[in-house]
Amino acid sequence: MKVELLWWEGCPSHPEALAELERVLRDEGVEAEVDLVEVESDEQARRERFPGSPTIRIDGEDALPPGEGEPFSLTCRVYRLRDGRVSPTPDPEDLREAVRRARADR
Amino acid sequence: MQIGDQAPTFSLPDTSGDQHGPDGVTAVVFTCNHCPYALAWHDRLLQVARDYDGVTFLAVNPNDGERYPTDSYDAMKQRVESDGGWPHPYLRDESQEVARAYDAKTTPDVFLIDAEGRLRYRGAPDADHRDPSQNAAWLREALDAVLAGQEPARAETDPVGCSIKWL
Repeated sequence: MKVELLWWEGCPSHPEALAELERVLRDEGVEAEVDLVEVESDEQARRERFPGSPTIRIDGEDALPPGEGEPFSLTCRVYRLRDGRVSPTPDPEDLREAVRRARADR
Repeated sequence: MQIGDQAPTFSLPDTSGDQHGPDGVTAVVFTCNHCPYALAWHDRLLQVARDYDGVTFLAVNPNDGERYPTDSYDAMKQRVESDGGWPHPYLRDESQEVARAYDAKTTPDVFLIDAEGRLRYRGAPDADHRDPSQNAAWLREALDAVLAGQEPARAETDPVGCSIKWL
């Protein structure tokens, strides 16, 4: 399983997102290194189809796909936790589901 | 700007076009529409404004509205309107001069000014954007101290949030 975390320095959320992602991978018994990809320009954001920091990809697919028409730019990504709160990082349970889906699709 | 320094005065338009600036004890909160940290703290900060009648609250959006259209002046107006109004003005800092004068770093970034115009608190609203029960405690502590004519015990904390989107 190829796991990537794309991040931009304008958001302080990526260390927390990385820690949660690594915990979910460990809990799910997935032995995958997380590749960290820094996005540094709007041009790179468009090229990488980066909707904001942090973005987590599993086997090349956004683990939590953004809404239709979401622009690709250097910005901080807004996630919703399962209780409805706004968060700079994904709900760990959503990440867990994404990991399980990716494993089932292999 | 250091704690105890005279804070810059300013006059900025709100979402109705009316001008506002610091007046008496004033909380200036640099914030925006798109940042998840600003959004996570938003309700707590609105509640502080409701709870501290007599204190001037000013939310200021300095982000580049061209590169970040969700932070444009029009988007600010739409947000306030769709919320049915806010308890305090939401100001547009189009030139970013006010954000630069305050040396604001993030959204949110909170500055509390006393009645003499001196900076008494700067930093985050509270210790954890994830925890609504924190209730903007650091700002409230500072407000209580300033209103009692005392120095806030915690005068400075690290602002936490998205970097300001400079022009």
